Amino acid sequence: MQRYIFKRIVQAIFCVVGVTIIVFSLTRLSGDPLSLLLAPDAMQEDVEEMISILGLDEPFHVQYWDFISRAVQGDFGKSLRWKRPCIDIFLEKFPNTLQLAVLSMAWALLVGISVGILSAVKVGTWFDNFGKIFALLGQATPVFWLGIMLMMVFAVNFRWLPTSGMGGIENLIMPSVTLGWVFTASITRLTRSAMLDVLDSEYIKMARIKGVPERFVIIKHAFKNAMIPVVTVASLQFITLLNGTVITETVFNWPGVGRLVVDSIFARDYPMVQTVVLIASCLFVFTNLAVDILYAYIDPRIRYK
Amino acid sequence: MMSERIDLRRITSVLRTVPIFPTVVLAIFLVCGVFGGFFVPHDPNDMELNNSLMPPFWEEGGSTSYLLGTDQLGRDMLSRVIGGAGISLQVGFVVVFISGTIGSIFALLSGYLGGWVDVIIMRMADTFLALPYMLIAIAMAAILGPSRNNIILILVIMGWAGYARVLRSEVLRIKEVNFIQLAIVAGCSNVRIMLRHIFPNIVNTLTIMATLQFGSVIIAESSLSFLGLGVPPPHPAWGSMLADGRNHMTNAWWMSVWPGVAILLVVLSCNLLGDWLRVRLDPKFRQL
Repeated sequence: MQRYIFKRIVQAIFCVVGVTIIVFSLTRLSGDPLSLLLAPDAMQEDVEEMISILGLDEPFHVQYWDFISRAVQGDFGKSLRWKRPCIDIFLEKFPNTLQLAVLSMAWALLVGISVGILSAVKVGTWFDNFGKIFALLGQATPVFWLGIMLMMVFAVNFRWLPTSGMGGIENLIMPSVTLGWVFTASITRLTRSAMLDVLDSEYIKMARIKGVPERFVIIKHAFKNAMIPVVTVASLQFITLLNGTVITETVFNWPGVGRLVVDSIFARDYPMVQTVVLIASCLFVFTNLAVDILYAYIDPRIRYK
Repeated sequence: MMSERIDLRRITSVLRTVPIFPTVVLAIFLVCGVFGGFFVPHDPNDMELNNSLMPPFWEEGGSTSYLLGTDQLGRDMLSRVIGGAGISLQVGFVVVFISGTIGSIFALLSGYLGGWVDVIIMRMADTFLALPYMLIAIAMAAILGPSRNNIILILVIMGWAGYARVLRSEVLRIKEVNFIQLAIVAGCSNVRIMLRHIFPNIVNTLTIMATLQFGSVIIAESSLSFLGLGVPPPHPAWGSMLADGRNHMTNAWWMSVWPGVAILLVVLSCNLLGDWLRVRLDPKFRQL
């Protein structure tokens, strides 16, 4: 067990280092980052000042080391747009995104697991077909189109919900449904196949032979065992919701981290972009690590791989 | 002679089980993408400001010469949807082909050769898989500039690692089978073993992954176009059409509906086809 954890942590550290190198190189991709930051007709003194501020006259590994040693202490540089430390802006917006993501996942789990279980229990009936179609459509729908469609139907046509912005609970409904839609579909599929697998197993047959009422068979025995793979995949996928937030927050004008990135990109505020992408990537890696270690506790077979 | 006839019969019996809906839909879009330029009712970039914001022909104010309506610059929606198919499908095929190839090569090297090669390649793959897809893609698209080739490059960079990971475990599984040992004893070179013996056995998984990834590449490309970072205008692209439609949600619903329906149909068909392939190419039925 200890060896497995140690191995995974070392892997995660390699990952983080690789990720930071890639993210750091992003802004140097175009060859001349200065052209991205200054106007073409900038004066020579401004150019030189910018070079020394950004440390661009140093070799790459020196720049990288400076950046990393400061980042580890929490200093990600200043946003060019707001002239405030990037990390402050990030920490302001992150709770909004987290709010959206948690709500989306709650919604996805609620709907996905219910539909999945019912679909498996009533396999072959019209409900099962409905569940399968629902899952298929869910995985094929582009997130931004769904957002626009929902807006058109509920906000423009019926005027039940506001189109955008942050506010009360009514502002949260459409963005979280949009963000959680694809997630719902995959959880439905996963729950359904996990339940079908479990319902076929020996101990379920035994419970039925013993005369246990069907609802107890499903709730007390099948459900708990089917949930293991579902919960694992769900927790791994949670962090990929971050990908969806970029589009969803842009469509609904939600003041979160996703929209922050898009706005910063168009405003050419590269320190901000770097900060967000770096923190998001590290979150990815650490969440995966945490889930892997947790899973090793739950399922001892993993440790011996 | 006898075996040729049997093969033909088997092939036709397999073809009869191909799912109709996804195949027909994908074939239609394929034709639109390749030959669309020949049968579009109007030039997709043709602006007729007199006819701007016309509804589809079944609504009042619509006309049969603009079957699905027009956008804010008077361009025919049907022609633009057909034109957008070309870009999306092109990007999709190229990305899937290149990232599949790169992924297979890395998987073969990593799985077969093992050792340091394996460690390095897998760490690289882990790193790329750990990156938040969308964030990196839009950052790169903004920095490199919007163009079709840049989009392809970005999506390939983000896509190869998935193939490498999955195919590597397939390679590891096949490596243990007898005929590989026999090939080594017979004196086959490593390259020959990898290409001639191992690769044909991972083609099934590769095909399934490619079909499923095609759909997600289309969604990724249209997401980038939606944000304005995709293939630049005047090429019609489904994503940027949706971005335009968003500005006219209240008075031109058709601008937002048709491109989205197109994306939905293509991705749905890819997923259905991929699922069918997964069942069909199951090792239990390896006679295919």
